[in-house]
Amino acid sequence: MNEIHLPKTKVAELHAICAERNNDPGELINILHAAQGLFGYLPPEVQQVIATELNIPVSRVYGVVTFYSFFTMTPKGKYPISVCLGTACYVRGAEKVLEEMQRQLEIKVGETTPDGLFSLDCLRCVGACGLAPVVMIGGKVYGRVTPEKVRDILSDYYLKEQ
Amino acid sequence: METIKLIIDNKEVEVPKGTTILNAAKSVGIHIPTLCYMKLEDLHYENNPGACRICVVEIEGRRNLAPSCKMECTEGMVVRTHTPRVMNARKTVMELILSNHPAECLTCSSNGHCELQKIAHDLGIREIRYKGDMSTFTIDRSPSIVRNMNKCIMCRRCETMCNTIQTVGALTAVNRGFNAAVSTAFERDMAGSTCSYCGQCVSVCPVNALSGRNTQQPVLDALADPTKIVIAQTAPAVRTALGRDFGYEPGTLVTGKMVSALRQLGFDYVFDTDFAADLTIMEEGTELLHRLGRYLNGDKEVKIPLMTSCCPGWVSFVEQHFPELRDNLSTAKSPQQMFGAIAKSYFAEKLGIDRKNLVVVSIMPCLAKKYEASRPEFSVEGNPDVDYSIYTRELARLIRYANIDFKELPDGEFDRPLGESTGASVIFGTTGGVIEAACRTAYELYTKKNLDKVDFEELRGLEGIRSATVDFDGTPVKIGIAHGLGNARKLIEEIKNGTSPYHAIEVMACPGGCIGGGGQPFHRGRMEVLRRRAAALYREDANKPLRKSHENPYIQQLYKDYLGEPCGPKAHELLHTHYIDRKEVVGMYTETEKSK
Repeated sequence: MNEIHLPKTKVAELHAICAERNNDPGELINILHAAQGLFGYLPPEVQQVIATELNIPVSRVYGVVTFYSFFTMTPKGKYPISVCLGTACYVRGAEKVLEEMQRQLEIKVGETTPDGLFSLDCLRCVGACGLAPVVMIGGKVYGRVTPEKVRDILSDYYLKEQ
Repeated sequence: METIKLIIDNKEVEVPKGTTILNAAKSVGIHIPTLCYMKLEDLHYENNPGACRICVVEIEGRRNLAPSCKMECTEGMVVRTHTPRVMNARKTVMELILSNHPAECLTCSSNGHCELQKIAHDLGIREIRYKGDMSTFTIDRSPSIVRNMNKCIMCRRCETMCNTIQTVGALTAVNRGFNAAVSTAFERDMAGSTCSYCGQCVSVCPVNALSGRNTQQPVLDALADPTKIVIAQTAPAVRTALGRDFGYEPGTLVTGKMVSALRQLGFDYVFDTDFAADLTIMEEGTELLHRLGRYLNGDKEVKIPLMTSCCPGWVSFVEQHFPELRDNLSTAKSPQQMFGAIAKSYFAEKLGIDRKNLVVVSIMPCLAKKYEASRPEFSVEGNPDVDYSIYTRELARLIRYANIDFKELPDGEFDRPLGESTGASVIFGTTGGVIEAACRTAYELYTKKNLDKVDFEELRGLEGIRSATVDFDGTPVKIGIAHGLGNARKLIEEIKNGTSPYHAIEVMACPGGCIGGGGQPFHRGRMEVLRRRAAALYREDANKPLRKSHENPYIQQLYKDYLGEPCGPKAHELLHTHYIDRKEVVGMYTETEKSK
């Protein structure tokens, strides 16, 4: 396992998250939700801290983390990309958009680029079916995306980083 | 008590309110097959996730079938347990389970006593209509336990055992779909988890997803090697259970036939771990008196209560979960390791051979003993004190392998000198036995008086935690007993809180003690199997002419000729050990500002 060091202030915040919920094992899912909000993901160290605070085996925390697809143990990129695969987006070619994203970024769904800039996920419907297919990057929504547009969209972010 | 009347398969049944259909049916002799469900009432173990759906029944007026393990009886309910619709559903469920289960029965070590195989056979499954993807996992081999998740049917019995009863928390269900499995935190190997190797997960596994590590081949190789002297030592609990695999009733003592079988297999000497159990009592009893003496004289440094150290699952649990209390463990080695140490020193010298040409094979009811035998501190220049540890089921396999007709064997006798034992050592195999044996000897050593009544009934039974005060001629010695690691944890919490009233504590990791060990023939949820094994040990104890460890003449001679005094320098060198802090910091988090 890679050694990952957690910042002290964030560990204190994590303790507070658990304490707010009385270190109650029944609150595990809510605590994990808040912890993922804090760290962006749930590395083993975070799971271990939560297990210790709640006085439960870390295996149980890990079981819950791997059961729910919302929870992730991979750090998200600076610009998290979500490709909508809801019905409307799907029938208008979202799958091809997703394929192009994977090709351009050289990662698969659920992964993060080695430079930490982008992570790629898919989701089901953001409620903007009129704009299908839809891609979200961070908080920004891109509508009527085609595979041809993917390169241009990404290059804006690369330019921003230079 | 409020009762409910219902009809199951045209039979009228009256049961207390809250009874499930499954248990109501059982009470009138109607057998409903189950796969995930398991209950051991005396141990408070119940696995009831309603996961497998094999136990479905039809209820009049209800649209869909109901799982009988979950569904409680209601007044006037009419239940049918084997209508065509029920049987069809069961067959479909079974076919779906089998569609993701490797069809390797002929080469599987559970062939012949697999619960899945039995039910598939009973249901008359001849074809699996569902074909497609299957789970693919790598096989995890720890020193004691093999975890092959390709065979797992997700009954969750092991998870319940590991978490609820043992509170070890090593096993958990992870992931989803074809990736779903019972695994450890972060899906590490079991060797890198909090597993204590107690083997109780193996005891309850209905298939062969969790099994004991197999060490039969090296034993056969040693037996065939003319340059080696091979000796066997057999643990007390083995003789109560081995017969089960040859058609005997549970709890039948097969000591004599076991000895003959080992001799026929080619062992040069057949000795008894019970001899070493008597030796353990000499050392541990003396250590208890030393510690107790210092404690009663006001010594604040001495670690009280003294905790027994015969059980490697328990020792490993302390080292991993409560390393701060490891000095409370008796430094006396377990009987298996004492036997190995004496065999490869005293006995090898007696024979005039190099220890490397002596092969010690232990036959144990236990999977953790394999791990214990492999611990590096139990070897001399890379040569282990105990070369191989095999468990009861493995011995049964060896006996069948060698075409030995077990039932027809004459009753053999253990060889001397390491085969002689007292009744005290026999009861090591059941919960409460070690401390009872220790009391018999410690009492006489302490009071210098003869103990009239050697049966300490107050220390016996199957309550999870028991306590008793034994009067040592005016000095009350308080004793605590726990079996099952979850119960042991409660006694440990008391020590940590400073509220423990005990001077000595006996712990066995397995529920029931060694009779319920992970290497024993499967109980398959039948509690009376464990009860009868315990009763058999107390019977053997009562029938022994000598019942106190210090009266064993061969033990007395061993001290006279070789060891000197109990807990003396030579005894210390050979018969005592030390414990290690194995508390694992999973994922090692350090509070630094290194990353943001």
